Amino acid sequence: MERVAVIGVAQTVFEARKEAETYADLVYEVADQALKDAGMDISELGNIVTASNDFLDGRTISSMAVGDAAGAAFGGGLNISTVEGDGAFAAFYGLSRILSGGYSTTLVTAHSKSSEGNPLLISNACFDPVYERALGLDFISAAALQARVYMERRGLSERDLAEVVRLNRAKGVLNPHAQVRREISISEVLASKPLAPPIRELDAGPLSDGAAAVILAGEDFARRRCSNPVWIEGVSLCADARMTDRQLWESAALRKAAQAAYGMAGIANPSDEIDVAEIYAAFSYQEPLWLEELGLGAMDKSRVNPSGGCLCAHALVSAGLVRVIEAVLQLRGKAANPAPEPRRALAHAQSGICGQSHCVWILGKN
Amino acid sequence: MADINRLNRRDVLVFASGGAFQPYRYSVGRAGSRFLTELRDHGRFLGLRCPGCGRVYVPPRPVCGPCYRKMEEWAEVGPLGTLTAFTVLRFAFIDPETGLKKPVPYGYGFIRLDGADTDLQHFLRIDPKRPPKIGMRLRPVFEKERCGRLSDIRHFEREDTP
Repeated sequence: MERVAVIGVAQTVFEARKEAETYADLVYEVADQALKDAGMDISELGNIVTASNDFLDGRTISSMAVGDAAGAAFGGGLNISTVEGDGAFAAFYGLSRILSGGYSTTLVTAHSKSSEGNPLLISNACFDPVYERALGLDFISAAALQARVYMERRGLSERDLAEVVRLNRAKGVLNPHAQVRREISISEVLASKPLAPPIRELDAGPLSDGAAAVILAGEDFARRRCSNPVWIEGVSLCADARMTDRQLWESAALRKAAQAAYGMAGIANPSDEIDVAEIYAAFSYQEPLWLEELGLGAMDKSRVNPSGGCLCAHALVSAGLVRVIEAVLQLRGKAANPAPEPRRALAHAQSGICGQSHCVWILGKN
Repeated sequence: MADINRLNRRDVLVFASGGAFQPYRYSVGRAGSRFLTELRDHGRFLGLRCPGCGRVYVPPRPVCGPCYRKMEEWAEVGPLGTLTAFTVLRFAFIDPETGLKKPVPYGYGFIRLDGADTDLQHFLRIDPKRPPKIGMRLRPVFEKERCGRLSDIRHFEREDTP
């Protein structure tokens, strides 16, 4: 397989409500910055993949609204395609396009503004209209079901999960892109408003408005043009059975995706060979669950989510791509909260309710 | 037990979604906010000019797609313009802002405001004695009470409407 590198990254500051900006504004901000970060002119760009969600954007085929902002109309038009899901999955598609031999570079963007619609109603609309919707299920209540099952299985207490929140929030203080940057105590978490027990308000990542972008390049281009390429050593994605047809305390999809990515990267002992990991945990219980399936359960917590993760900023659609970006920044030595001399990083993304799909990226400096 | 393939047609159920609705709060953006404010307060049309190709975009958008340049220079255009495309709607549409059916027939047109390089879309007042023609000169008719929406313009009509 041809080697492919990440040569440009950009993310907005994540905020609860970006009143003044349209989502096209946000996409332009990160696309322009990612090109600058890569030291590239738009005329050198091969193709574009955008990630968005029509329901969140309140617009059919909402990717059409960000085409110009992502550069798709440049010079008479560039090839652009779209993934409906997290940006890390769009990056997988962007990688495939380079590996096809058709392009030497791909710009990948992801955006969402949870503040414009009603995320509870929108996530309720994920569910089957005949059997599920009217029961009021949404991304929080579905997560509460999974949290309960997982906690019982592993004997975890609400205090254990509050500690996950406390740790992430402490790290997020250093992250200039995070939405919440205030340390909180375990007792504050336990005293926060119950949403759907065992999930309290502070167990859930704060929904954010924002966007993210990366530029991928084939080996030739990356070596010629980039002084600090971050190489893709392994990547895989996998989707699980629907949530009623599987055990919620485990994730076979994540296990499979991780094993395949580790295989590509030649990793035998993930917790020894991965120096830093950025995990898409939208709720506190998800961090130990996903780490367990990644084989990173024993990893030192200082090396997990040094950015503060999604418990400090949870921008739907962008959050997984932000994990990739944070992993890249770690390997460049430019992260706000740097892990000690990392050589290999893992970025994890999920999409769907209760972690329906997972995507695992192994990134390295050499 | 009936074979699943032999289910009687009247026993095939359909589930109606009911009256729930999905509201949004769309950001207009900095450029769009200025455009609509100017229209509301002064009845004036503003576009953004590309620093690369000089094209003037109305309504304004942040980036010139073909040049991939950010636009920041305002240019006043119109209020008169030329009809570049039109149709007359004879089936009702549900106005997404009010939920009400718009009375038919009504005219719909693309209007190239003088000085602009893109078309603005709006309603077209139809004069039954003088049907619309591409290339026809138009002027805007504003509402008395304006609130910073595109509907602050009631419609466009022939420039020589008495």
